[in-house]
Amino acid sequence: MVLSVCVGSSCHLKGSYDVIESFKKLIEKHGVADKIELRACFCLGRCSDGVAVKADKEYILNVNGSNAEQKFVDEILPLLG
Amino acid sequence: MEKRLFDTAVQQLKYEVIKELIRAYDKGLDNSIFHDIPIKIMPGPQASLRCCVYKERAILQERLKLAMGGNIDNPNVVEVIDIACDECPVDGLFVTPACRGCISHRCAEVCPKGAISIKDKRCVVDKEKCIECGKCTQACPYNAIILQKRPCVLSCKANAIKVNADKKAVIDNSKCVGCGACVYQCPFGAIQDKSYILDVLEMIKNSENNTKYKVYAIIAPSIVAQFNYARIEQVITGMKLLGFDQVLETALGADLTLNEEADELKEHGVLTTSCCPSFVKYVQINFPDLAKHISSTPSPMAMAGRLIKAMDPTAKVVFVGPCSSKKFEFKLETVKDYVDCVLSFEELQAFLDARDIDVSTLDDTYLDNASYYGRIFARSGGITEGVTALAEERGFEARPVAMSGLDECRKQLALLKAKRSPFNFFEGMACDGGCVNGALCLHHAPKSLTDVNKYGDMAKEKKVDNSVKLYKMALRAKAAAEQSDGGQND
Repeated sequence: MVLSVCVGSSCHLKGSYDVIESFKKLIEKHGVADKIELRACFCLGRCSDGVAVKADKEYILNVNGSNAEQKFVDEILPLLG
Repeated sequence: MEKRLFDTAVQQLKYEVIKELIRAYDKGLDNSIFHDIPIKIMPGPQASLRCCVYKERAILQERLKLAMGGNIDNPNVVEVIDIACDECPVDGLFVTPACRGCISHRCAEVCPKGAISIKDKRCVVDKEKCIECGKCTQACPYNAIILQKRPCVLSCKANAIKVNADKKAVIDNSKCVGCGACVYQCPFGAIQDKSYILDVLEMIKNSENNTKYKVYAIIAPSIVAQFNYARIEQVITGMKLLGFDQVLETALGADLTLNEEADELKEHGVLTTSCCPSFVKYVQINFPDLAKHISSTPSPMAMAGRLIKAMDPTAKVVFVGPCSSKKFEFKLETVKDYVDCVLSFEELQAFLDARDIDVSTLDDTYLDNASYYGRIFARSGGITEGVTALAEERGFEARPVAMSGLDECRKQLALLKAKRSPFNFFEGMACDGGCVNGALCLHHAPKSLTDVNKYGDMAKEKKVDNSVKLYKMALRAKAAAEQSDGGQND
Protein backbone atom coordinates (compact mmCIF):
# COMPACT_ATOMS: atom_id res chain seq x y z
CA MET A 1 0.00 0.00 0.00
CA VAL A 2 1.18 3.52 -0.77
CA LEU A 3 0.45 5.82 2.14
CA SER A 4 0.71 9.45 1.05
CA VAL A 5 0.76 12.30 3.53
CA CYS A 6 -0.14 15.70 2.14
CA VAL A 7 2.56 18.32 2.62
CA GLY A 8 0.70 21.09 0.79
CA SER A 9 0.76 24.47 2.51
CA SER A 10 -2.45 24.04 4.44
CA CYS A 11 -1.62 20.56 5.76
CA HIS A 12 1.97 21.62 6.39
CA LEU A 13 0.70 24.35 8.70
CA LYS A 14 -1.41 21.76 10.49
CA GLY A 15 1.60 19.54 11.08
CA SER A 16 2.28 17.19 8.16
CA TYR A 17 5.77 16.43 9.38
CA ASP A 18 4.47 15.32 12.80
CA VAL A 19 2.15 12.92 11.02
CA ILE A 20 4.95 11.59 8.84
CA GLU A 21 7.18 11.03 11.87
CA SER A 22 4.37 9.26 13.74
CA PHE A 23 3.58 7.02 10.78
CA LYS A 24 7.24 6.11 10.39
CA LYS A 25 7.33 4.89 13.99
CA LEU A 26 3.96 3.14 13.70
CA ILE A 27 4.98 1.27 10.57
CA GLU A 28 8.02 0.06 12.46
CA LYS A 29 6.06 -0.77 15.59
CA HIS A 30 3.44 -2.83 13.76
CA GLY A 31 6.03 -4.52 11.58
CA VAL A 32 4.39 -3.56 8.29
CA ALA A 33 7.38 -1.93 6.63
CA ASP A 34 7.18 -4.41 3.75
CA LYS A 35 3.51 -3.67 3.19
CA ILE A 36 3.32 0.11 3.50
CA GLU A 37 5.34 2.56 1.51
CA LEU A 38 5.23 5.98 3.15
CA ARG A 39 5.32 8.95 0.80
CA ALA A 40 4.70 12.67 0.85
CA CYS A 41 2.60 14.39 -1.77
CA PHE A 42 1.45 17.89 -2.58
CA CYS A 43 -2.11 19.09 -2.16
CA LEU A 44 -4.76 16.37 -2.20
CA GLY A 45 -7.49 18.98 -2.53
CA ARG A 46 -8.89 18.34 0.97
CA CYS A 47 -7.38 21.38 2.62
CA SER A 48 -10.23 21.99 5.07
CA ASP A 49 -9.92 18.43 6.45
CA GLY A 50 -6.15 18.38 6.89
CA VAL A 51 -3.83 16.81 7.54
CA ALA A 52 -5.06 14.73 4.61
CA VAL A 53 -3.68 11.25 4.04
CA LYS A 54 -4.34 8.88 1.18
CA ALA A 55 -4.00 5.11 1.53
CA ASP A 56 -3.99 3.89 -2.07
CA LYS A 57 -7.38 5.35 -3.06
CA GLU A 58 -8.93 5.87 0.38
CA TYR A 59 -8.81 9.25 2.07
CA ILE A 60 -8.10 9.44 5.77
CA LEU A 61 -8.76 12.95 6.99
CA ASN A 62 -8.18 15.22 9.99
CA VAL A 63 -5.04 13.39 11.01
CA ASN A 64 -2.64 15.06 13.41
CA GLY A 65 0.35 14.16 15.54
CA SER A 66 -1.75 13.10 18.54
CA ASN A 67 -4.44 11.04 16.79
CA ALA A 68 -2.07 9.46 14.27
CA GLU A 69 -1.83 6.15 16.16
CA GLN A 70 -5.60 5.79 16.51
CA LYS A 71 -6.15 6.64 12.82
CA PHE A 72 -3.40 4.22 11.84
CA VAL A 73 -4.81 1.32 13.85
CA ASP A 74 -8.50 1.99 13.13
CA GLU A 75 -8.43 3.12 9.52
CA ILE A 76 -5.17 2.23 7.85
CA LEU A 77 -4.20 -1.22 9.17
CA PRO A 78 -7.61 -2.74 8.27
CA LEU A 79 -7.06 -1.67 4.65
CA LEU A 80 -4.09 -4.01 4.45
CA GLY A 81 -6.61 -6.88 4.59
CA MET B 1 -6.08 53.82 -13.09
CA GLU B 2 -6.80 53.84 -9.38
CA LYS B 3 -4.11 51.40 -8.22
CA ARG B 4 -0.62 52.16 -9.39
CA LEU B 5 0.97 48.87 -10.31
CA PHE B 6 4.35 49.79 -11.72
CA ASP B 7 7.28 52.13 -11.19
CA THR B 8 7.36 53.36 -14.76
CA ALA B 9 5.18 53.92 -17.80
CA VAL B 10 7.55 51.69 -19.78
CA GLN B 11 6.59 48.71 -17.62
CA GLN B 12 2.95 49.70 -18.06
CA LEU B 13 3.29 49.56 -21.86
CA LYS B 14 4.88 46.13 -21.81
CA TYR B 15 2.14 44.99 -19.47
CA GLU B 16 -0.65 46.36 -21.70
CA VAL B 17 0.77 44.46 -24.66
CA ILE B 18 1.00 41.17 -22.78
CA LYS B 19 -2.47 41.64 -21.31
CA GLU B 20 -3.99 42.22 -24.75
CA LEU B 21 -2.05 39.26 -26.14
CA ILE B 22 -3.55 36.98 -23.49
CA ARG B 23 -7.04 38.31 -24.22
CA ALA B 24 -6.49 37.69 -27.92
CA TYR B 25 -5.25 34.17 -27.14
CA ASP B 26 -8.43 33.46 -25.23
CA LYS B 27 -10.46 34.44 -28.30
CA GLY B 28 -8.22 32.51 -30.71
CA LEU B 29 -5.02 34.01 -32.05
CA ASP B 30 -4.58 35.17 -35.62
CA ASN B 31 -2.43 37.69 -37.48
CA SER B 32 -4.91 40.52 -36.93
CA ILE B 33 -3.40 41.08 -33.49
CA PHE B 34 -0.44 42.90 -35.06
CA HIS B 35 -2.90 45.44 -36.45
CA ASP B 36 -5.47 45.51 -33.67
CA ILE B 37 -3.47 45.48 -30.43
CA PRO B 38 -1.29 48.54 -31.17
CA ILE B 39 -4.39 50.54 -32.17
CA LYS B 40 -6.21 49.45 -29.06
CA ILE B 41 -3.35 50.62 -26.83
CA MET B 42 -2.57 53.77 -28.84
CA PRO B 43 -5.89 54.84 -30.34
CA GLY B 44 -4.56 58.26 -31.42
CA PRO B 45 -4.99 60.49 -33.29
CA GLN B 46 -2.53 62.45 -31.13
CA ALA B 47 0.79 60.86 -30.26
CA SER B 48 1.38 60.84 -26.54
CA LEU B 49 4.92 59.45 -26.29
CA ARG B 50 6.73 59.73 -29.63
CA CYS B 51 6.78 61.83 -32.78
CA CYS B 52 3.60 60.33 -34.20
CA VAL B 53 1.07 57.66 -33.39
CA TYR B 54 2.31 55.48 -36.25
CA LYS B 55 5.74 55.20 -34.73
CA GLU B 56 4.20 54.43 -31.36
CA ARG B 57 2.18 51.64 -32.93
CA ALA B 58 5.16 50.29 -34.85
CA ILE B 59 7.06 50.03 -31.57
CA LEU B 60 4.09 48.30 -29.96
CA GLN B 61 4.24 45.73 -32.75
CA GLU B 62 7.84 45.06 -31.80
CA ARG B 63 6.82 44.74 -28.16
CA LEU B 64 4.17 42.29 -29.23
CA LYS B 65 6.74 40.18 -31.06
CA LEU B 66 8.82 40.06 -27.89
CA ALA B 67 5.72 39.18 -25.88
CA MET B 68 5.32 36.22 -28.23
CA GLY B 69 8.84 34.96 -27.62
CA GLY B 70 10.90 37.39 -29.73
CA ASN B 71 13.54 36.52 -32.29
CA ILE B 72 14.11 32.77 -32.04
CA ASP B 73 17.48 33.11 -33.75
CA ASN B 74 18.73 35.30 -30.92
CA PRO B 75 19.45 33.16 -27.86
CA ASN B 76 19.49 36.19 -25.54
CA VAL B 77 16.45 36.76 -23.32
CA VAL B 78 16.68 40.52 -23.76
CA GLU B 79 16.59 42.30 -27.09
CA VAL B 80 16.96 45.85 -28.32
CA ILE B 81 13.95 47.27 -30.15
CA ASP B 82 15.90 49.30 -32.72
CA ILE B 83 13.16 51.72 -33.63
CA ALA B 84 12.44 52.44 -29.97
CA CYS B 85 16.06 53.33 -29.21
CA ASP B 86 16.09 57.12 -29.10
CA GLU B 87 19.78 57.38 -29.93
CA CYS B 88 20.60 59.13 -26.65
CA PRO B 89 23.45 61.60 -26.95
CA VAL B 90 26.72 59.81 -26.29
CA ASP B 91 28.91 62.84 -25.84
CA GLY B 92 30.70 61.61 -22.75
CA LEU B 93 32.31 64.46 -20.87
CA PHE B 94 30.49 67.75 -21.23
CA VAL B 95 31.41 71.15 -19.85
CA THR B 96 28.30 73.07 -18.88
CA PRO B 97 27.91 76.87 -18.79
CA ALA B 98 28.42 76.61 -15.03
CA CYS B 99 32.18 76.62 -15.74
CA ARG B 100 33.37 79.95 -14.37
CA GLY B 101 36.81 79.90 -15.92
CA CYS B 102 38.39 79.91 -12.48
CA ILE B 103 42.11 80.14 -11.98
CA SER B 104 42.82 77.07 -9.87
CA HIS B 105 41.96 74.61 -12.68
CA ARG B 106 41.49 71.64 -10.42
CA CYS B 107 39.92 69.86 -13.38
CA ALA B 108 43.09 70.06 -15.43
CA GLU B 109 45.28 69.22 -12.43
CA VAL B 110 43.42 66.03 -11.66
CA CYS B 111 43.14 64.75 -15.24
CA PRO B 112 45.43 61.72 -15.61
CA LYS B 113 45.61 62.05 -19.39
CA GLY B 114 46.18 65.76 -19.79
CA ALA B 115 42.95 66.02 -21.73
CA ILE B 116 41.82 69.29 -20.19
CA SER B 117 43.10 72.64 -21.25
CA ILE B 118 41.86 76.17 -20.57
CA LYS B 119 40.95 78.25 -23.58
CA ASP B 120 39.37 81.70 -23.35
CA LYS B 121 39.04 81.22 -19.59
CA ARG B 122 36.98 78.10 -20.07
CA CYS B 123 37.68 74.45 -19.58
CA VAL B 124 37.92 72.47 -22.81
CA VAL B 125 38.08 68.69 -23.05
CA ASP B 126 40.05 66.92 -25.74
CA LYS B 127 37.78 63.98 -26.59
CA GLU B 128 40.64 62.09 -28.22
CA LYS B 129 42.61 61.98 -24.98
CA CYS B 130 39.70 61.73 -22.49
CA ILE B 131 39.12 58.28 -20.99
CA GLU B 132 35.90 59.31 -19.22
CA CYS B 133 37.28 58.48 -15.78
CA GLY B 134 35.15 61.24 -14.27
CA LYS B 135 37.84 62.63 -11.94
CA CYS B 136 37.34 66.18 -13.23
CA THR B 137 33.60 65.98 -12.52
CA GLN B 138 34.48 65.33 -8.89
CA ALA B 139 37.20 67.98 -8.74
CA CYS B 140 35.28 70.95 -10.10
CA PRO B 141 34.01 73.10 -7.21
CA TYR B 142 31.10 74.30 -9.36
CA ASN B 143 30.02 70.84 -10.54
CA ALA B 144 30.37 72.31 -13.99
CA ILE B 145 31.55 69.16 -15.75
CA ILE B 146 29.18 66.26 -16.27
CA LEU B 147 29.84 62.80 -17.59
CA GLN B 148 27.00 61.72 -19.81
CA LYS B 149 26.58 58.06 -20.54
CA ARG B 150 23.61 56.30 -21.96
CA PRO B 151 21.35 54.91 -19.23
CA CYS B 152 21.59 51.46 -20.80
CA VAL B 153 25.38 51.54 -20.91
CA LEU B 154 25.52 52.88 -17.37
CA SER B 155 23.15 50.20 -16.09
CA CYS B 156 25.08 47.37 -17.71
CA LYS B 157 27.66 46.23 -15.17
CA ALA B 158 28.68 43.41 -17.47
CA ASN B 159 29.87 45.95 -20.05
CA ALA B 160 27.81 44.30 -22.78
CA ILE B 161 26.10 47.31 -24.37
CA LYS B 162 27.77 49.17 -27.20
CA VAL B 163 26.55 51.87 -29.54
CA ASN B 164 26.69 51.18 -33.27
CA ALA B 165 27.34 53.53 -36.19
CA ASP B 166 23.63 54.41 -36.32
CA LYS B 167 23.82 55.40 -32.65
CA LYS B 168 21.59 52.47 -31.68
CA ALA B 169 22.29 50.36 -28.62
CA VAL B 170 23.61 46.89 -29.40
CA ILE B 171 23.91 44.02 -26.93
CA ASP B 172 27.03 41.90 -27.11
CA ASN B 173 25.68 38.42 -26.41
CA SER B 174 29.11 37.11 -25.52
CA LYS B 175 29.24 39.48 -22.55
CA CYS B 176 25.56 39.86 -21.59
CA VAL B 177 24.56 38.01 -18.42
CA GLY B 178 20.82 38.56 -18.91
CA CYS B 179 20.29 40.39 -15.62
CA GLY B 180 17.74 42.74 -17.19
CA ALA B 181 19.12 45.93 -15.63
CA CYS B 182 18.98 47.68 -19.00
CA VAL B 183 15.36 46.59 -19.48
CA TYR B 184 14.37 48.41 -16.33
CA GLN B 185 16.71 51.37 -16.81
CA CYS B 186 16.20 52.38 -20.46
CA PRO B 187 13.95 55.45 -20.23
CA PHE B 188 12.48 54.74 -23.67
CA GLY B 189 11.78 51.10 -23.09
CA ALA B 190 13.97 50.18 -26.02
CA ILE B 191 15.30 47.01 -24.42
CA GLN B 192 12.79 44.40 -23.46
CA ASP B 193 12.77 40.86 -22.12
CA LYS B 194 11.17 38.09 -24.11
CA SER B 195 7.98 36.59 -22.77
CA TYR B 196 7.03 32.92 -22.79
CA ILE B 197 3.46 33.57 -21.71
CA LEU B 198 2.05 31.82 -24.80
CA ASP B 199 3.87 28.62 -23.81
CA VAL B 200 2.33 28.82 -20.36
CA LEU B 201 -1.15 29.43 -21.79
CA GLU B 202 -0.75 26.36 -24.02
CA MET B 203 0.56 24.29 -21.14
CA ILE B 204 -2.43 25.15 -18.99
CA LYS B 205 -4.91 24.65 -21.82
CA ASN B 206 -3.50 21.26 -22.83
CA SER B 207 -3.62 20.04 -19.25
CA GLU B 208 -7.44 20.00 -19.65
CA ASN B 209 -8.05 21.45 -16.21
CA ASN B 210 -5.06 19.67 -14.74
CA THR B 211 -6.48 16.25 -15.57
CA LYS B 212 -3.93 15.16 -18.18
CA TYR B 213 -1.07 16.45 -16.06
CA LYS B 214 -0.80 19.03 -13.33
CA VAL B 215 0.66 22.48 -13.82
CA TYR B 216 2.52 23.70 -10.75
CA ALA B 217 3.58 27.29 -10.27
CA ILE B 218 6.59 27.93 -8.06
CA ILE B 219 6.71 31.43 -6.69
CA ALA B 220 9.95 33.24 -5.92
CA PRO B 221 10.13 34.51 -2.34
CA SER B 222 10.54 38.09 -3.55
CA ILE B 223 6.80 38.00 -4.30
CA VAL B 224 6.30 39.20 -0.74
CA ALA B 225 7.33 42.71 -1.75
CA GLN B 226 5.07 42.66 -4.80
CA PHE B 227 1.32 42.94 -5.31
CA ASN B 228 1.12 45.47 -2.50
CA TYR B 229 -2.59 45.96 -3.02
CA ALA B 230 -3.39 42.45 -1.84
CA ARG B 231 -2.17 39.67 0.43
CA ILE B 232 0.11 36.99 -1.05
CA GLU B 233 -2.48 34.41 -0.03
CA GLN B 234 -4.99 36.17 -2.29
CA VAL B 235 -2.55 36.23 -5.20
CA ILE B 236 -2.17 32.46 -4.78
CA THR B 237 -5.94 32.02 -5.01
CA GLY B 238 -5.88 34.16 -8.15
CA MET B 239 -3.18 31.97 -9.67
CA LYS B 240 -5.27 28.89 -9.09
CA LEU B 241 -8.13 30.62 -10.94
CA LEU B 242 -5.74 31.14 -13.84
CA GLY B 243 -5.42 27.38 -14.10
CA PHE B 244 -2.40 26.44 -12.00
CA ASP B 245 -3.19 23.29 -10.07
CA GLN B 246 -0.98 24.21 -7.16
CA VAL B 247 1.25 27.05 -6.15
CA LEU B 248 4.34 26.25 -4.12
CA GLU B 249 7.24 28.22 -2.72
CA THR B 250 10.51 28.23 -4.64
CA ALA B 251 11.96 28.84 -1.18
CA LEU B 252 11.40 25.14 -0.58
CA GLY B 253 14.04 24.59 -3.26
CA ALA B 254 16.19 27.23 -1.58
CA ASP B 255 16.21 25.15 1.62
CA LEU B 256 17.56 22.22 -0.38
CA THR B 257 20.11 24.36 -2.23
CA LEU B 258 21.35 25.76 1.07
CA ASN B 259 21.65 22.29 2.56
CA GLU B 260 23.78 21.04 -0.34
CA GLU B 261 25.85 24.21 -0.68
CA ALA B 262 26.82 23.98 2.98
CA ASP B 263 28.11 20.43 2.37
CA GLU B 264 29.91 21.54 -0.77
CA LEU B 265 31.60 24.40 1.06
CA LYS B 266 32.79 22.00 3.74
CA GLU B 267 34.21 19.68 1.10
CA HIS B 268 35.77 22.20 -1.28
CA GLY B 269 36.83 24.98 1.06
CA VAL B 270 35.93 27.78 -1.36
CA LEU B 271 32.55 28.22 -3.00
CA THR B 272 30.65 30.77 -5.05
CA THR B 273 26.88 30.41 -5.13
CA SER B 274 24.84 29.08 -8.03
CA CYS B 275 21.45 30.64 -7.27
CA CYS B 276 21.69 33.66 -9.54
CA PRO B 277 22.22 32.57 -13.16
CA SER B 278 23.44 36.04 -14.12
CA PHE B 279 26.14 35.90 -11.46
CA VAL B 280 27.16 32.40 -12.56
CA LYS B 281 27.43 33.61 -16.15
CA TYR B 282 29.36 36.68 -15.01
CA VAL B 283 31.95 34.49 -13.31
CA GLN B 284 32.20 32.18 -16.32
CA ILE B 285 32.74 35.08 -18.73
CA ASN B 286 34.89 37.42 -16.66
CA PHE B 287 36.68 35.13 -14.21
CA PRO B 288 37.08 31.81 -16.03
CA ASP B 289 39.86 30.80 -13.59
CA LEU B 290 37.36 30.98 -10.74
CA ALA B 291 34.64 28.98 -12.49
CA LYS B 292 35.89 25.86 -10.71
CA HIS B 293 34.60 27.37 -7.46
CA ILE B 294 31.02 27.79 -8.71
CA SER B 295 28.73 25.55 -6.71
CA SER B 296 27.39 22.59 -8.67
CA THR B 297 24.22 22.60 -6.57
CA PRO B 298 21.15 23.41 -8.65
CA SER B 299 19.53 26.79 -8.01
CA PRO B 300 16.44 27.01 -5.79
CA MET B 301 14.25 27.16 -8.90
CA ALA B 302 15.79 23.98 -10.31
CA MET B 303 15.70 22.26 -6.92
CA ALA B 304 12.02 23.06 -6.39
CA GLY B 305 11.24 21.74 -9.86
CA ARG B 306 13.28 18.61 -9.19
CA LEU B 307 11.40 17.96 -5.95
CA ILE B 308 8.01 18.40 -7.61
CA LYS B 309 8.93 16.12 -10.50
CA ALA B 310 10.19 13.47 -8.11
CA MET B 311 6.82 13.51 -6.37
CA ASP B 312 4.72 13.90 -9.51
CA PRO B 313 6.63 12.72 -12.62
CA THR B 314 4.16 14.13 -15.18
CA ALA B 315 4.07 17.57 -13.53
CA LYS B 316 4.74 20.75 -15.48
CA VAL B 317 6.54 23.42 -13.48
CA VAL B 318 6.33 27.17 -14.12
CA PHE B 319 8.59 29.49 -12.15
CA VAL B 320 7.17 32.94 -11.43
CA GLY B 321 9.67 35.53 -10.30
CA PRO B 322 11.36 38.92 -10.57
CA CYS B 323 14.09 37.85 -12.91
CA SER B 324 14.99 37.89 -16.58
CA SER B 325 17.95 35.55 -16.22
CA LYS B 326 15.69 32.73 -15.00
CA LYS B 327 14.29 32.94 -18.53
CA PHE B 328 17.51 31.53 -19.89
CA GLU B 329 18.31 29.37 -16.89
CA PHE B 330 15.30 27.10 -17.39
CA LYS B 331 16.55 26.25 -20.88
CA LEU B 332 20.00 25.16 -19.70
CA GLU B 333 20.87 21.51 -20.18
CA THR B 334 21.14 21.04 -16.41
CA VAL B 335 17.78 22.63 -15.62
CA LYS B 336 15.45 21.88 -18.52
CA ASP B 337 14.23 18.58 -17.05
CA TYR B 338 13.06 20.29 -13.87
CA VAL B 339 11.45 23.55 -14.98
CA ASP B 340 9.19 23.92 -18.02
CA CYS B 341 8.71 27.65 -18.25
CA VAL B 342 9.31 31.00 -16.55
CA LEU B 343 7.06 34.01 -16.06
CA SER B 344 7.80 37.37 -14.47
CA PHE B 345 5.76 39.17 -11.85
CA GLU B 346 4.91 41.71 -14.55
CA GLU B 347 3.53 38.92 -16.71
CA LEU B 348 1.59 37.44 -13.81
CA GLN B 349 -0.07 40.81 -13.23
CA ALA B 350 -0.98 41.00 -16.93
CA PHE B 351 -2.31 37.43 -16.81
CA LEU B 352 -4.56 38.18 -13.83
CA ASP B 353 -5.86 41.40 -15.38
CA ALA B 354 -6.42 39.82 -18.79
CA ARG B 355 -8.77 37.38 -17.07
CA ASP B 356 -10.32 40.19 -15.00
CA ILE B 357 -9.25 38.64 -11.72
CA ASP B 358 -8.96 41.23 -8.97
CA VAL B 359 -7.00 39.33 -6.37
CA SER B 360 -7.79 41.84 -3.63
CA THR B 361 -11.37 40.53 -3.59
CA LEU B 362 -10.42 36.85 -3.24
CA ASP B 363 -10.19 34.47 -0.29
CA ASP B 364 -6.83 33.28 0.96
CA THR B 365 -4.96 30.17 -0.11
CA TYR B 366 -2.05 29.34 2.15
CA LEU B 367 1.50 29.44 0.94
CA ASP B 368 3.80 27.92 3.50
CA ASN B 369 6.23 25.12 2.90
CA ALA B 370 9.68 26.55 3.13
CA SER B 371 11.82 27.59 6.05
CA TYR B 372 12.89 30.99 7.29
CA TYR B 373 16.23 30.58 5.50
CA GLY B 374 14.67 29.58 2.20
CA ARG B 375 12.51 32.65 2.24
CA ILE B 376 15.24 35.18 2.95
CA PHE B 377 17.12 34.00 -0.16
CA ALA B 378 15.17 36.81 -1.80
CA ARG B 379 17.51 39.42 -0.41
CA SER B 380 21.22 39.94 -0.41
CA GLY B 381 22.76 38.32 2.66
CA GLY B 382 20.09 35.64 2.95
CA ILE B 383 22.22 32.73 1.75
CA THR B 384 25.10 34.03 3.83
CA GLU B 385 22.96 33.95 6.94
CA GLY B 386 21.76 30.45 6.13
CA VAL B 387 25.17 28.99 5.39
CA THR B 388 26.61 30.51 8.57
CA ALA B 389 23.92 28.81 10.63
CA LEU B 390 24.40 25.45 8.90
CA ALA B 391 28.19 25.64 9.15
CA GLU B 392 27.93 26.19 12.88
CA GLU B 393 25.55 23.24 13.19
CA ARG B 394 27.85 21.02 11.15
CA GLY B 395 31.00 22.15 12.88
CA PHE B 396 33.06 23.93 10.26
CA GLU B 397 33.93 27.51 9.58
CA ALA B 398 32.18 29.60 6.97
CA ARG B 399 33.58 33.02 6.19
CA PRO B 400 30.89 34.32 3.90
CA VAL B 401 30.56 37.57 2.01
CA ALA B 402 27.33 38.80 0.47
CA MET B 403 28.02 40.49 -2.85
CA SER B 404 25.11 42.61 -3.93
CA GLY B 405 25.19 43.82 -7.52
CA LEU B 406 27.76 42.94 -10.19
CA ASP B 407 30.10 45.81 -9.26
CA GLU B 408 30.58 44.37 -5.81
CA CYS B 409 30.86 40.86 -7.24
CA ARG B 410 33.68 42.03 -9.49
CA LYS B 411 35.62 43.58 -6.59
CA GLN B 412 35.42 40.51 -4.39
CA LEU B 413 36.13 38.09 -7.22
CA ALA B 414 39.21 40.08 -8.17
CA LEU B 415 40.50 39.67 -4.61
CA LEU B 416 39.74 35.96 -4.71
CA LYS B 417 41.55 35.65 -8.01
CA ALA B 418 44.56 37.44 -6.53
CA LYS B 419 44.40 35.03 -3.55
CA ARG B 420 43.92 37.96 -1.22
CA SER B 421 40.37 37.33 -0.12
CA PRO B 422 39.65 36.70 3.56
CA PHE B 423 36.41 34.90 2.61
CA ASN B 424 35.61 31.34 1.57
CA PHE B 425 31.93 31.60 0.67
CA PHE B 426 30.83 34.09 -1.97
CA GLU B 427 27.14 34.85 -2.26
CA GLY B 428 26.68 36.54 -5.63
CA MET B 429 23.61 38.36 -6.84
CA ALA B 430 23.52 40.41 -10.02
CA CYS B 431 20.82 42.79 -8.83
CA ASP B 432 21.58 45.38 -6.16
CA GLY B 433 20.00 44.19 -2.93
CA GLY B 434 19.22 40.76 -4.35
CA CYS B 435 16.22 39.24 -6.10
CA VAL B 436 13.84 41.53 -4.29
CA ASN B 437 15.12 44.26 -6.62
CA GLY B 438 14.97 42.04 -9.69
CA ALA B 439 14.56 43.76 -13.03
CA LEU B 440 11.09 42.35 -13.65
CA CYS B 441 9.57 43.27 -10.29
CA LEU B 442 6.40 45.34 -10.48
CA HIS B 443 7.96 47.90 -8.18
CA HIS B 444 11.25 48.51 -6.44
CA ALA B 445 11.52 50.14 -3.05
CA PRO B 446 13.66 50.00 0.09
CA LYS B 447 10.61 48.69 1.97
CA SER B 448 10.94 45.47 0.00
CA LEU B 449 13.78 44.35 2.26
CA THR B 450 11.75 44.60 5.44
CA ASP B 451 8.95 42.76 3.67
CA VAL B 452 11.29 39.84 2.97
CA ASN B 453 12.47 39.69 6.56
CA LYS B 454 8.90 39.69 7.85
CA TYR B 455 7.97 36.96 5.40
CA GLY B 456 10.92 34.90 6.58
CA ASP B 457 9.87 35.29 10.20
CA MET B 458 6.36 34.10 9.33
CA ALA B 459 7.56 30.70 8.08
CA LYS B 460 6.39 27.78 10.19
CA GLU B 461 9.72 26.04 9.70
CA LYS B 462 12.66 27.79 11.30
CA LYS B 463 15.23 25.33 9.95
CA VAL B 464 15.77 23.57 6.64
CA ASP B 465 15.58 20.05 8.15
CA ASN B 466 12.01 19.21 7.23
CA SER B 467 12.44 20.39 3.65
CA VAL B 468 15.50 18.18 3.37
CA LYS B 469 13.64 15.19 4.82
CA LEU B 470 10.83 15.74 2.35
CA TYR B 471 13.29 15.82 -0.53
CA LYS B 472 14.99 12.60 0.55
CA MET B 473 11.63 10.90 0.89
CA ALA B 474 10.62 12.06 -2.59
CA LEU B 475 13.85 10.80 -4.12
CA ARG B 476 13.46 7.42 -2.40
CA ALA B 477 9.89 7.13 -3.66
CA LYS B 478 11.00 8.05 -7.16
CA ALA B 479 13.79 5.47 -7.11
CA ALA B 480 11.38 2.82 -5.83
CA ALA B 481 8.84 3.66 -8.52
CA GLU B 482 11.48 3.46 -11.25
CA GLN B 483 12.72 0.15 -9.94
CA SER B 484 9.25 -1.41 -9.95
CA ASP B 485 8.53 0.02 -13.41
CA GLY B 486 11.71 -1.42 -14.82
CA GLY B 487 11.27 -4.72 -12.97
CA GLN B 488 7.89 -6.34 -13.00
CA ASN B 489 5.67 -3.70 -14.49
CA ASP B 490 3.35 -3.72 -11.54
